[in-house]
Amino acid sequence: MQTCVSLTLNGEDRSFDGPVSVDDLLRTLGLDHRKVAVERNEAIVPRSSYAETWLASGDAIEIVHFIGGG
Amino acid sequence: MDGMIQADDTWTVAGRRFRSRLIVGTGKYKDLEETAAAIAASGAEIVTVAVRRVNLSDPKAPMLQDYVDPKKITYLPNTAGCHTANDAVRTLRLAREAGGWNLVKLEVLGPPPLLYPDMPGTFEAAAALIKDGFEVMVYCADDPLAAKRLEELGCVAIMPLGAPIGSGLGVQNPAMLTMMMEQVKVPFLVDAGVGTASDAAIAMELGCDAVLLNSAIALAKDPVTMARAMKLAVEAGRLAYLAGRMPRRMGADPSSPLTGLIR
Repeated sequence: MQTCVSLTLNGEDRSFDGPVSVDDLLRTLGLDHRKVAVERNEAIVPRSSYAETWLASGDAIEIVHFIGGG
Repeated sequence: MDGMIQADDTWTVAGRRFRSRLIVGTGKYKDLEETAAAIAASGAEIVTVAVRRVNLSDPKAPMLQDYVDPKKITYLPNTAGCHTANDAVRTLRLAREAGGWNLVKLEVLGPPPLLYPDMPGTFEAAAALIKDGFEVMVYCADDPLAAKRLEELGCVAIMPLGAPIGSGLGVQNPAMLTMMMEQVKVPFLVDAGVGTASDAAIAMELGCDAVLLNSAIALAKDPVTMARAMKLAVEAGRLAYLAGRMPRRMGADPSSPLTGLIR
């Protein structure tokens, strides 16, 4: 059965068809796993557990990468 | 003093040895091509990088790693923009996950317009990061007590400002930096305030292990040429420090012999 998962993703409200793992999310967004890091509710999601980390409505997700900085 | 001493002159931070004593930031450049060209001209082996949210509306946008190869250049993730210990620790945990690096630059900043280092926040974040296995190079005030405390906490490099971040005012505190340096055993760097090549040379002549700068290159009219100037200035300052400068004297001392003058 399809469920709707509502997330706060990088500060924006976004909904996805569930169930959705971190791995699914990155794939849907078109992001390269090797160049980003993911935080769920202020806790790091290790890269090795993206596939088995299932997201729930209300989760706050941050996806970051490196940019130029001093 | 000859080329041999220069060739063997390296410095070590957290067990990693580097030849270049110039660390450069990767911010404020026109584009990523210019960033890469300036880094190459600077000869830097370490670059600072920031951690920010991915732009989800443009996931295929070129990334820094496509232009500056982290396998060849050591990425030093920073906490620029963090004003609390908690934000700084979260940011660096993300950086470690993104890149696998535990060598980081900690900065906890006070409010604009000075962005002066917030030392209570810096102590708190440094302690938490070190407990979590990070090797922390720390931006700090030109405060000898703060430097000592950060070293005792286990920071791997002490990096006071020469002037506020991005100000380009040069090394405003040479006497205080010298006094701090005498107390610190880990690498000591000037981290902010350099505006032009002579400022970097002054920092190195004081005896700093290295200099960290960004705006002085990125905001120059020709960043790639300024990057080369900084490389040469850091090398010149280092050599002058090793050579040992002549004493200052109040008055003249002629360089030519006073004997054998014609009458």
